[in-house]
Amino acid sequence: MSGIPHNHYEPKTGIEKWLHKRLPIVALAYDTMMIPTPKNLNWWWIWGIVLAFCLVSQLVTGIILAMHYTPHIDLAFASVEHIMRDVNGGHMLRYVHANGGSLFFFAVYIHIFRGLYYGSYKAPREITWILGMLIYVAMMASAFLGYVLPWGQMSFWAATVITGLFGAIPWVGDAIQTWLLGGPSVDNATLNRFFSLHYLVPMILVALVAIHIWAFHSTGNGNPTGVEVRRTSKAEADKDTLPFWPYFVIKDLFALAVILVAFFAVVGFMPNFLGHPDNYIPGDPMVTPAHIVPEWYFLPFYAILRTFTPDVWVVMLVDWVTFGVINAKFFGVIAMFGSLIVLALAPWLDTSKVRSGRYRPMFKWWFWLLVLDFVVLTWSGAQLTTGIYAYISLIATTYWFAYFLVILPILGLIEKPLTPVATIEEDFNAHYGVKSHPAE
Amino acid sequence: MRNLFISAIASLALGTGAAFASEGGHVEDVDFSFEGPFGTYDQAQLQRGFQVYNEVCSACHGMQFVPIRSLSEVGGPSLPEDQVRAYAADLTIIDEDTGEERPRIAADMFPTVTGDGMGPDLSVIAKGRAGFHGPYGLGINQLLKGMGGAEYIYSILVGYEEAPACAPADFDGYYNVTFTSGAVPDECKDENGVSTVPGTWFAMPQMIFDDVVEYADGTPASAHQVAEDISAFLMWTAEPKMMARKKAGLIAILLLSLLSVTLYYSNKQLWAPHKGKKSA
Repeated sequence: MSGIPHNHYEPKTGIEKWLHKRLPIVALAYDTMMIPTPKNLNWWWIWGIVLAFCLVSQLVTGIILAMHYTPHIDLAFASVEHIMRDVNGGHMLRYVHANGGSLFFFAVYIHIFRGLYYGSYKAPREITWILGMLIYVAMMASAFLGYVLPWGQMSFWAATVITGLFGAIPWVGDAIQTWLLGGPSVDNATLNRFFSLHYLVPMILVALVAIHIWAFHSTGNGNPTGVEVRRTSKAEADKDTLPFWPYFVIKDLFALAVILVAFFAVVGFMPNFLGHPDNYIPGDPMVTPAHIVPEWYFLPFYAILRTFTPDVWVVMLVDWVTFGVINAKFFGVIAMFGSLIVLALAPWLDTSKVRSGRYRPMFKWWFWLLVLDFVVLTWSGAQLTTGIYAYISLIATTYWFAYFLVILPILGLIEKPLTPVATIEEDFNAHYGVKSHPAE
Repeated sequence: MRNLFISAIASLALGTGAAFASEGGHVEDVDFSFEGPFGTYDQAQLQRGFQVYNEVCSACHGMQFVPIRSLSEVGGPSLPEDQVRAYAADLTIIDEDTGEERPRIAADMFPTVTGDGMGPDLSVIAKGRAGFHGPYGLGINQLLKGMGGAEYIYSILVGYEEAPACAPADFDGYYNVTFTSGAVPDECKDENGVSTVPGTWFAMPQMIFDDVVEYADGTPASAHQVAEDISAFLMWTAEPKMMARKKAGLIAILLLSLLSVTLYYSNKQLWAPHKGKKSA
């Protein structure tokens, strides 16, 4: 499957042969589970399993929650309280689902930054990267839609603010916003369609995840050295790889179990830690909360959205050049979506011939600065937009774009990378020592 | 492995955006029995709190999401069922099917109270208000203290003070040092329109005084005791399954820890034939 020489499934019994001729599904499962995987994968490679777990967990808890939830503005809040009080295990289902969203995003951020550090996005894995970005966008859509469903104050005002982003588009914005909301303002039609879409988007996610896995099973996994598995013979490939099952399944499950200990500590002992108290106040169009703050995983992009106020000179310039078509509000929206687009374009913006950041002495610094930048953006997204905070988020936003549009292209040209190891086997042995055979 | 732990810590530090966005007045830290991973509700306190709700708060506050029957649930006030039925029967409701007024039954909700001068619904108010935002806004202490919703309610109830001298005598509302989202008279603002007093004027008058109720269990009803009891009761109405949740969390952690240990050694054994001795 991966182009790496390995054993294939051979149907042995009569019934296996019968089935294989008609539907080679066992072969598909076998090839998927037995894919030769670089044996030097480190602990940053475990988050894929965590993400797969999150997807399944969200689907299972979400489907059960939907059985007890009522998508009507007069009943939604009460139905959530019904789940919390009267549905068997309902309070756990809801808290696992709500906090599961946070674990999902936490895992995806580490997964993305792992990809950025080790150059996982570089040829031939661009499609895997793009699919990953689509998954990330679908996750954001799903999380936003889901947050609206309890119909608390933050639900209501998040729906108002986020659909307002589309309203900022010149000429057609109002029409798009009305179309999204199903009316002139956030109302019952909005809640109904958001519920429907919250059920639909995860189905798209499942499909995207399947193709994402298909894509990197076609190219083979990346690995910390960025050096490809040797494919000239099976004997050589065997020196670089071990099958996914059982070696990486058990390793990943161990990591997942440890992460779930922390997850259930949050769910069990502080389930509302990541939420906002205002969402326990029923949604009220007449009362605007003092601070409308999105969930933590949206904060970096919320910071980018808010930072382009009319007094920033770039905004003034663009506003003037475009005769006011691109005003501050629309500029912010473009910047927010742009910050995701530059991330998606990383495979083509990075000019370095060396894949892994491990062998790029200058790149390392810029990368960790980007991680810090992301943390600062997250933090500043929750602060007020006045005073020093405005400058901090503007600087942080500038670095985000500079990293992708300036630093990545230039670094590849001026940096003198170290020489990567020749083979994955060499890297593995450098870590764990050469396996001494009994004969020696 | 080390990276895994760094990640876990980073998650706690990162994931605090939404929780600390609002700022409030002074919130007293009350040592409630239900705080921390092992904290439980104090049944006697919930019963006292219910008495306070019934005799004082219910005049102006409903609890439309709380079923009356839950008063007899284990983990709550656990009142005898006949007492709960008798309490329900004293309240009336417009029957959905017949459109006529009838006495409530235990399966009905607490009344919905709306109208001029009435206060907000109290069903989940202890979760709708946060008292603590934690050191540097990180809120990590929520693991040990909760969000502080009960503390916030307590502080509001005992936070009434003599109005500052700057305020005109006929200014609407009641001065409260914990409540910060109310009105402030112009006389108490500086030239920039910033309030010079710590509290604001609250629409709700002070309702909790010494001996405002006479407790059935004989506990001395000081204002602080009454405020603590009603705050604990409202934490329970907001989160009636808290004890079940903590137990589930604890069992999950224990089982997953066992699983982690098992998988750790399985993984070690599995990989051992492929790894040489580490040349440290």
